Amino acid sequence: MVVAVAIDRATSSRKDGPHLAELADTVTEQVAATQTRVRRARGFGVRAIGDRVFNLTTLALALVILALLFGVTLDLVINAMPSIKTFGLHFLVSTDWDPTNDQYGALPFIYGTVVSSLLALLIAVPLALGVALCLSEMVPTWLSHKLGFLVELLAAIPSVVYGLWGIFIMGPWLRDHVDPLLAKYLGFLPFFQGPQISVSMLSAAVVLAIMVLPYISAVCTDVFRVVPQTQREAAYALGATKWEMVRMAVLPFGVSGVIGAVILGLGRALGETIAVAMVIGNRPEISASVFMPSSTLASVIANEFVEATSDLNLAALVELGLVLLVLGLILNVAARTLVYSSTQRRFSKGK
Amino acid sequence: MPDKVIVRHLRASFNKVEALHDVSLNFAENRVTAIIGPSGCGKSTLVRCINRMHEVVPGASCTGDVILDGENIYAPAVDPVQVRRRIGMVFQKPTPFPTMSIEDNVAAGLKLNGIALARADRDRLVEQSLRRAALWEEVKDRLGRPGASLSGGQQQRLCVARALAVEPEVLLMDEPCSALDPISTARIEELLLELKATYTIIIVTHNMQQAARCSDFTAFMYAGDLIEFGETKQIFTNPTKRETEDYITGRFG
Repeated sequence: MVVAVAIDRATSSRKDGPHLAELADTVTEQVAATQTRVRRARGFGVRAIGDRVFNLTTLALALVILALLFGVTLDLVINAMPSIKTFGLHFLVSTDWDPTNDQYGALPFIYGTVVSSLLALLIAVPLALGVALCLSEMVPTWLSHKLGFLVELLAAIPSVVYGLWGIFIMGPWLRDHVDPLLAKYLGFLPFFQGPQISVSMLSAAVVLAIMVLPYISAVCTDVFRVVPQTQREAAYALGATKWEMVRMAVLPFGVSGVIGAVILGLGRALGETIAVAMVIGNRPEISASVFMPSSTLASVIANEFVEATSDLNLAALVELGLVLLVLGLILNVAARTLVYSSTQRRFSKGK
Repeated sequence: MPDKVIVRHLRASFNKVEALHDVSLNFAENRVTAIIGPSGCGKSTLVRCINRMHEVVPGASCTGDVILDGENIYAPAVDPVQVRRRIGMVFQKPTPFPTMSIEDNVAAGLKLNGIALARADRDRLVEQSLRRAALWEEVKDRLGRPGASLSGGQQQRLCVARALAVEPEVLLMDEPCSALDPISTARIEELLLELKATYTIIIVTHNMQQAARCSDFTAFMYAGDLIEFGETKQIFTNPTKRETEDYITGRFG
């Protein structure tokens, strides 16, 4: 600092005479020499302290996440202990959920959760892919970003609003217009038989589908937008139509991202609580028909937690939470394994 | 030699900025025509107009005529997809489809437009295309491996094979060697000389030695204008325009 001031002063007074100019040059040389010496003394081996602080901080933050996951799991296990001790593994396969007699089994809720989520994905994924392809391939960029924003707005609507809409508008509409059609044309399948009720597995699946749609389509749109233009042009140059170009260049390039988006949507669907609790009918039984009410792990917890009568009832509900956590984990791992094996298998048939 | 492709009064622009000003020239059948000129002079835009790839870029437009075998490819009734089947293209950077194997890459164009080929025909066409692209000997034992596993030069020849597999009449090459080492470049150049017996080839290049070595005709472009066009020998030994001479002698560009 002092040296810098000295140089500055010396340089500015160069015109005062040859003596000062010489002084300035000497000082500049000395500063350069000092800098070189300092750099050499520091050597190659010592990393900047800031880097180490940064590394440790990010590591600590990452560990906090792991600790949180571990803590939550531990807490669930401890609080579910009475139920785990009473029912053991039978809890997972029993269909008996009867708080008045203190009998608890999770199977109807596991079934409800898995089926409603998968049905929701079945509806949402093709829609989301269509939206994403439209935004990334069909409409001009300026419009694409505006439309994309509107789709993402769907994610900003609170679940309870979806639930209300589901109860009063969508559920009755499905019952009056969609259920009869499904029963008429697909009624030979056990899924579309029996009485048609407005609060049902189908209503839950449709509401869930609308709720996960913006997540899946937003991620897919981003994935498709980063497909290199050179890939698209390579397909066009071979004489591909737009659809062929999408199949040849865009979808294969984005497939792992699309699956990531679906996993994200699945996670949302599995855990969604209020909207589902409002439209699914909350009947702890397994029935093949999607027209019938059902119940999910999350919805039964929300519905019964405040009215849990016994300690065992409370513990059973906590155990349902644990089951939901593990179920989410299993489905995530399964989906990722599927992605991994499918990308690996693609070339293993090679000669 | 008759003219395979005739370009008349072609103007092309990006977002209303004109990149090509009224260019007219003819490309002779079964000959290699090189297009040279400094970066940004409109070489790539010109070749991309010839197979209607220019319009794929958002905001791009062009006017004028490009006539292939007497038929204007910019006529309103013409489907650009059909044009591109007859006029193939190889790009500056190798663009194999990353999720496809070597043979699937070559056969990629064959699957298009509903052409269903018997397995044997497909295999024969894949082999023939790879042989023509001088890649067969190097990959015949690993056709199922990913196209992206090849070296850069091999990937570019894979792209040539892919373009040839759909049996185009004209082959456009947009600086096909700019990302390649000298050995791979030499292989592509040898390839050009073999391919011109069957195809009409138009190659954009930054490399003037390359243009001199392997083209029959050379077009020199500068700032969106076609400055000079003629036989390669004449352009390189006795250019009529001052700009051409300055460029090929390295005085600018």
